[in-house]
Amino acid sequence: MSIAIIDYGSGNLRSAAKALEVANKNINTNSKIVITSDPTVIKKSNKIILPGQGSFRDCYLGIKKINGLIDTLNDFVLVQKKPIFGICVGMQLFAKIGYESEETKGFGWIDGIVKKINNINKTLKLPHMGWNQIELKKDFLLFSGIENKSHMYFVHSYEFSTKKKDCIVATTNYGNSIIVAIAKDNIFGTQFHPEKSQKNGLKLLENFLKWEV
Amino acid sequence: MLKNRIIPCLDVKNGRVVKGINFVDLVDAGNPVEQAKIYDEQGADEICFLDITASNENRNIILDTVIKTAEKCFIPLTVGGGVRSLEDIRNLLLAGADKVSINTAAVSNKNLVKESSEKFGSQCIVVAVDAKKISDNKWEIFTHGGKKPTGIDALKFVEKMESLGAGEILLTSMDRDGTKKGYDLDLTKKVSNLVNIPVIASGGVGNLEHLHQGIKIGKASAVLAASIFHFGEYSILEAKQYLDSKGIPVRI
Repeated sequence: MSIAIIDYGSGNLRSAAKALEVANKNINTNSKIVITSDPTVIKKSNKIILPGQGSFRDCYLGIKKINGLIDTLNDFVLVQKKPIFGICVGMQLFAKIGYESEETKGFGWIDGIVKKINNINKTLKLPHMGWNQIELKKDFLLFSGIENKSHMYFVHSYEFSTKKKDCIVATTNYGNSIIVAIAKDNIFGTQFHPEKSQKNGLKLLENFLKWEV
Repeated sequence: MLKNRIIPCLDVKNGRVVKGINFVDLVDAGNPVEQAKIYDEQGADEICFLDITASNENRNIILDTVIKTAEKCFIPLTVGGGVRSLEDIRNLLLAGADKVSINTAAVSNKNLVKESSEKFGSQCIVVAVDAKKISDNKWEIFTHGGKKPTGIDALKFVEKMESLGAGEILLTSMDRDGTKKGYDLDLTKKVSNLVNIPVIASGGVGNLEHLHQGIKIGKASAVLAASIFHFGEYSILEAKQYLDSKGIPVRI
């Protein structure tokens, strides 16, 4: 099996690749992990990881800049229906619209928007940075072996918002309840960084490697 | 609930761990990759490397240390020391750092904080502030490893850094660093109340109660310490258990 980590000039992809390699070893599989922006390589992959750091707008524009990448990802996710795991802004890009810096179109794979975390009276520090506990909202295969209220590592100032309650897999509390894991068919994403969430994060990546849609 | 973080810091020179007392008289003690792995296993919430390598030709050694650490530790890694340009930041991020801390260059080149936070995102730009008390309610910024006074007011500076896009402030009291007398709580509290981004308290930890005070009184989001962990006086787990017993939310 081959896993493509999508490289569009955003942040630290080595950490995600290294964490996947360890997850791979932990479950004794021999998946090939590649960091790539090449549509032909992505098309041939079985699963993809869409990372994302920085702003929603910069990330989407970064993807758009690479010839054929948007069409390839849309085809992979919507037509081929192969598994995708979006991390942080990578997950946020699943939304229809992001409101960071200025209104920007996202992939629209999950009906939702991305807006600034509600910081009433400026009582919260932003970014929401550090370890917070997740609240599992339903049984979901990718969280098997991960206990409810496990700690995960977060760093973000914007949140995913959707009325599609059935897509919400986990939330956390930061001032308000924030959606931190979403899923729809072959599409999965987390607001937290599994590659930085120690054992719980590695477990999630192991489950993604094993995931059959 | 978001937990307060405990961050062990390793001062690294030419690829080896050292810890200074008031930034001089360095004592060599260990391999940074191995130390980081131990901290990870003990439950550190993040790891911080401060590169104090003096000569330019040896600066790339830190990249190798970061690469090796990122292969073994799956918790956030902050790296600082001698970061002067967008290129330096990019190289550290590509090597596997999650955040880069900027100290002297944040003072000498304010565009760096603005440009780097726009380019790489605020989440990975930490501004490291070394401050020294000059009178009641007044602290001055020092640069170049705490050697050079700048005449800049620390409180005004942190506000400016926030507005330029810094994602976090790493606040070190020059008066307390290496003394084991505890954080400058007055300074920490003032800065924490002033900015809306997380503040890491640093400089002066001698016992676990100091960590507690940094969070409880200083209102810091995270507490950084070096020698109390590095020389085995306390483990990260002991520190967390202590904070937990005092009602501070920590990840155990």
